[in-house]
Amino acid sequence: MNFYTDNPDLRHHLSHPLMEKIVALKERDYTDAEKYDYAPLDYADAMDSYNKVLEVVGELCGTTINDNAEGVDHQGPRVENNRVIYADGTKENLELCRKAGLMGMAMPRRYGGLNFPITPYIMAADIVSRADTGFENLWGLQDCAETIYEFANEDQRQRFIPRVCEGETMSMDLTEPDAGSDLQSVMLKATEQPDGTWRLNGVKRFITNGDSDIHLVLARSEEGTKDGRGLSMFIYDKRDGGVNVRRIENKMGIKGSPTCELTYKNAKAELCGQRRLGLIKYVMALMNGARLGIAAQSVGVSERAYREALSYAKERRQFGKAIIEFPAVYEMLAVMKARLDASRTLLYETARFVDMYKIYEDIARERDLSKEERAEMKRYSKLADACTPLVKGLGSEYCNQNAYDAIQIHGGSGFMKDYACERVYRDARITSIYEGTTQLQVVAAIRHVTTGTYLNMMHEYESRPVNDKLQHIHEILVGLTTEYEHAVATVAGAKDQAYLDFMARRLVEMAGGIIMSYLLLDDANRNDSFAHSAEVYAKMTQADVAKHAEFIRSFEPSQLSAYKPE
Amino acid sequence: MSLNIVVLAKQVPDTRNVGKDAMKEDGTINRAALPAIFNPEDLNALEQALRLKDINPGSTVTVLTMGLPRAAEVIREAMYRGADGGIVLTDRALGGADTLATSYSLAQAVKKIGNYDIILGGRQAIDGDTAQVGPQIAEKLGIPQVTYAEEIIDLSNGHVTVKRRLENGVETVKAPLPCVVTVNGSAAECRPRNAKLLQRFKYALSPSEAKAADERANALLEARPALAIKEWGADFVEADPQQIGLAGSPTKVKTVENVVFTAKENLQIDGSDETAIDELMKELIANHTIG
Repeated sequence: MNFYTDNPDLRHHLSHPLMEKIVALKERDYTDAEKYDYAPLDYADAMDSYNKVLEVVGELCGTTINDNAEGVDHQGPRVENNRVIYADGTKENLELCRKAGLMGMAMPRRYGGLNFPITPYIMAADIVSRADTGFENLWGLQDCAETIYEFANEDQRQRFIPRVCEGETMSMDLTEPDAGSDLQSVMLKATEQPDGTWRLNGVKRFITNGDSDIHLVLARSEEGTKDGRGLSMFIYDKRDGGVNVRRIENKMGIKGSPTCELTYKNAKAELCGQRRLGLIKYVMALMNGARLGIAAQSVGVSERAYREALSYAKERRQFGKAIIEFPAVYEMLAVMKARLDASRTLLYETARFVDMYKIYEDIARERDLSKEERAEMKRYSKLADACTPLVKGLGSEYCNQNAYDAIQIHGGSGFMKDYACERVYRDARITSIYEGTTQLQVVAAIRHVTTGTYLNMMHEYESRPVNDKLQHIHEILVGLTTEYEHAVATVAGAKDQAYLDFMARRLVEMAGGIIMSYLLLDDANRNDSFAHSAEVYAKMTQADVAKHAEFIRSFEPSQLSAYKPE
Repeated sequence: MSLNIVVLAKQVPDTRNVGKDAMKEDGTINRAALPAIFNPEDLNALEQALRLKDINPGSTVTVLTMGLPRAAEVIREAMYRGADGGIVLTDRALGGADTLATSYSLAQAVKKIGNYDIILGGRQAIDGDTAQVGPQIAEKLGIPQVTYAEEIIDLSNGHVTVKRRLENGVETVKAPLPCVVTVNGSAAECRPRNAKLLQRFKYALSPSEAKAADERANALLEARPALAIKEWGADFVEADPQQIGLAGSPTKVKTVENVVFTAKENLQIDGSDETAIDELMKELIANHTIG
């Protein structure tokens, strides 16, 4: 099995027209080829390389990593002498990824990376998650190297990034017992030493892969401060010692991914970037990357859930025929596929937006950007900012719905431990919680409702021509956009913050539904295989928008009191 | 200590997923219907070679394959995993070879390579299942052979220590270098293709592939000598025309029969577990299925 080549949808997204520009910018017009014999010579060469490397990812995921997933789920990691011991399958998976050179994929070649754009890197995450969702975390934490690349000094980059590319793992130590979603309350204490290094003291909790080789740590460097402006980012190197794993959590899902409670006792660390910018700048950037990673993880789960359900529905016979022949079952499958395709198309749209602005940011480290380039960077940065919470929020909810439906289609068998859908269901559950709950994604997304970012996107998509066969969907979406505009005007026009907060999720869901419908329409226009999903998803969105619009239309802000706790 | 390691590899039709058109009417393999793959046990051998290279920096792994020019694909696959390069031994005159002619031809190529410390190959290829070529090469080169190897435990002071997987257990043997080691499928799986090596060597070409490739690919080949896959013919390895190809192959295929196993009769044994098992064992011994 190969989880890349068995899924033509991935190649469709990889070959999006915008990629040509992304790759040319990322490769600085292919000048790296003079220095590195593994750098691409032109666009076709680069795409061929991404394709070949994703084939390796797909092969590992379709064989060993997938085969190990059940054992990893049963065995899980453990703590011995304050250190995490991974499950045997996890160790094997990590070793394979190291040998295959799949660590530091997005890092520049001068630090030992592959210099892949975010888009193919995120595609690898999508594939890994389908095989083993928990393992995607350990592999995906290579993302943290990006924070070192963007904010640490050159000496630190040279010391740490090549180690990540060689396969050392990372963690981001942010949350504490009293600082979860509210990271401003972080208390871990950082004290500067005369030699310029720092010492860390305190406790961190819920740290994914907390016994990693290289940690990014958010700590309070400014004594006496209480808010986010007193926090700085630090790099802790496990080789220096001082951080112990007190315990790991016993979780519902993603059991192979150790979630650690850490104690810091005079742990030596070095400052990453500038003091006081830890939370307000670096964690915000780190979180955006991590949220895109969770969105990819969610899409991988959706894919897995859909495939498990589809193959069971074809195989299982009742009343003399395969259950997939019953409308109640095939509707569920069509809806699952529509959710999968919708979240995936938004995932790669977002990844491309992130690529565009991040590459410009990187070019700006080498030379001044032209006025046009600066404007383009700003535009894509805003789009990435608007789409990241949307795809994380809605994509993670969709994968939970798909996991739920996958069990439903399995019937009683799905409730037993015998089928993979049971693990998928448990693994899915965390995606709408960590790296910011869906409710917090709505908080991040709502200003793009009120400021019109989403509406502008809809209008931009609306202007793209579609073929005759899809024209009727286009017409539906034009109508939905108007309904959305009315709903936004009603809620925003009330000038009542509590009312807006209350309605925010509805508005964000409407926006997300319409945007994903347009993207699917574009996919179907490029590739006929998306026609069914475009149709099904537009129908779903039509019903959802009508439901939300009706709720908003018939709601008086004064009725909020009925929902408030006594 | 740096070593010169030769790995023998074969491109074979993938007989593990055989469809209905896998066989031609005359009983020979329909190679067009089966994808060509790296013979699985040769990959096990390659892994042992790469491990020797890992612990002996400066070593080189050279892959030698005999077949059609397209067998260069096997060399590239090996390069993606860490081999340094390879040679395709290809020539019309080599066609139709049985194991004797094949091992003679490969032995001639190994002599041409000249400087080698150890030769590793898979136990057998999945298209022939003979397990003869490795041992015959050792004979022709006049060097020791270790078969059914599962792991190279040590290589030092001019000797190699190998764990062999045999039918009834394992055996550890020591042999002087140079020698031939054929590796079992139970040995460690080959490492995956590496993303960087894949991008580095995807333009590696043999001379006949280069002829068909575009200008840019040839310019790259010129600029980066590591991309050159060698192609040797029968004359180049100084092979005796009488000992290669069909002429050098005493094996003649008379007919190939399609054997279909069918159960002729069923025997049902009833009773309590113990007596039924006892009866079953007696029955199996009586008809020589076991014992």
